[in-house]
Amino acid sequence: MVVENNKTTLHYKFDVQGGDFTKAGDASSRVKKILQQIGAGPEIVRRVAIACYEAEMNVVIHAHRGTVALDADLARVTITVEDAGPGIEDIDQAMTPGFSTAPDSVREMGFGAGMGLPNMKNCSSELIIESQKGVGTTVRMIFDNA
Amino acid sequence: MHESELIEYFHSVHLMEDKCKGCVNCIKRCPTEAIRVRDGKAHIIEARCIDCGECVRICPNQAKIVVADSIERLKLYKYNVALPAPAIYSQFREGTRPDQVLATLLFIGFDYVVDVAFGADLVGRKIREAIEKPGGIRPLISSACPAVVRLIQVRFPNLVEHILPVISPMRAAAKIAKQQVSRELDVSNDRIGIWFITPCPGKVSAINEPAGYEDAIISGAIPISEVYPLIREKLIREPAQVDELAQRLHRGSGMGIGWARAGGENQSIGGSKQIAVDGIHSVIQILEDVERGKLSDIDYIEAQACIGGCVGGVLTVENPFITRRRIRILATEGASEEERIRNDELAREMLAREDWFHHDRPIEPRPTLKLDDDMATAIRKMEQMEQILDSLPGLDCGSCGAPNCQALAEDVVRGLATEMDCVFKLRERVRQLAGEMMELAEKVPPAMGQTEKKPEKKNELGEHSPEPGTQAAEPGES
Repeated sequence: MVVENNKTTLHYKFDVQGGDFTKAGDASSRVKKILQQIGAGPEIVRRVAIACYEAEMNVVIHAHRGTVALDADLARVTITVEDAGPGIEDIDQAMTPGFSTAPDSVREMGFGAGMGLPNMKNCSSELIIESQKGVGTTVRMIFDNA
Repeated sequence: MHESELIEYFHSVHLMEDKCKGCVNCIKRCPTEAIRVRDGKAHIIEARCIDCGECVRICPNQAKIVVADSIERLKLYKYNVALPAPAIYSQFREGTRPDQVLATLLFIGFDYVVDVAFGADLVGRKIREAIEKPGGIRPLISSACPAVVRLIQVRFPNLVEHILPVISPMRAAAKIAKQQVSRELDVSNDRIGIWFITPCPGKVSAINEPAGYEDAIISGAIPISEVYPLIREKLIREPAQVDELAQRLHRGSGMGIGWARAGGENQSIGGSKQIAVDGIHSVIQILEDVERGKLSDIDYIEAQACIGGCVGGVLTVENPFITRRRIRILATEGASEEERIRNDELAREMLAREDWFHHDRPIEPRPTLKLDDDMATAIRKMEQMEQILDSLPGLDCGSCGAPNCQALAEDVVRGLATEMDCVFKLRERVRQLAGEMMELAEKVPPAMGQTEKKPEKKNELGEHSPEPGTQAAEPGES
């Protein structure tokens, strides 16, 4: 974890281990608690909690490892989830509700229903995805504090 | 007082100061980190306490007590109504029937009984109707357990809108009591005492400060543990002695009684997309999942703070694993809820009223995590908190009086503790000071004209190698 805050901005970064379903969601819980501690409104906390968990789960399901970063200031919350994973071949297709590349073993656990990215889009004010096949994916979600 | 934004809330869990030894058992067990040890005694941070009773259960010195009403208070009223929680039926030996217990209540000072299991039958129906309505917030969460409702208010404020605003079985029974007594008897309302026979402190607090309701209706709560010996002594064993009134008052079905154990509420409601969770720490895990949006395909969550459900309440008498089994058996006996409601005019009358089952007002969030009202200040405090946390040993020993290092760091930035409350930090500081004193002691005034040190000589004479303190002082010297 890294803390580099000056006056009114806040930065945290948490590691996420790919394939570790028992710890999955820990980073999102930390993010949620921090937002509550700084007094972010219930609505933004709710949206970040859901979107951040979805993004964290994507790392656990698809990648070897990754990080969840939280940046917050008075105007907005930014969640950046980076991973070293297979990358997304076709981002538009991945955004389609119900589309999933998760293996059956993961679907049997109740994950990988193809709603992750659509949910993240619904919850955030802005969703930016950068991905390179075989290298990894960066998902950045911005939540305006309004 | 420990919370700067201290708000007065009614609490039933209290500390007996003279019994408290200041150990760390309760602070570590509290699900909302609401207890701190100060000056050798546990202190409850009122704004955070949810009256779940975990500390009452864990305290090895019986220093945590539940302040409820005594049966002596019945004397204050002309007419007294008992609202027995279904858990009471499981406290007596196998084969004891609910109508026997009800009849005995009429022998120990009560004039009338409204079976809370009957309230549960009615409420269960309304919950089913609410679940069957498509759309809306999912999952819905039961409001039956007051400790869970308070937990949501203080630790999961984002989830208050998930609480289904259907009244609890206790509330339903109280409303029926008020109506029936004034109907059947010529007694003015202020002379009627309505008493919930409670398995837990949560209900005591809920009665004195109801969440979601305008007024309490109920006069007070008497612990099951207090009426238990009275009932046990006078228990009516002969079925023939159960009079007509008691038979008439035994309105609840087995399913209604089933609410006393974990899973019973869901069973009474019926349906498949429901979860039953019991034990406050497990409830917290499930609520975390709800916040993540993980359980949106679940309709309803029955959540109870006590392991095993109400039979596990700290004011019950019998072992909860035994009573859980008894409740399970009672739930299968007697006429079905369906049949009882069909044949009960009062039940049909109540069920026809739509608003009657609704909460009077929304349940307010009561967030307690916020470090400061001003976000910029809160962010700065957050930074300080992380720095302090980095400097703490991370052992979570509790010796500072806070449940873990994180909580101490938080208390420090809130101005409620100091870093030196940490015994390890204190020891470090003492060592440093000791080192500095050694250093000073070795300095000789220039007038004495001597600058040579002689610690080595000392070592030859003494038995010990240099104290760890002198080593610690070395970096300071350079």
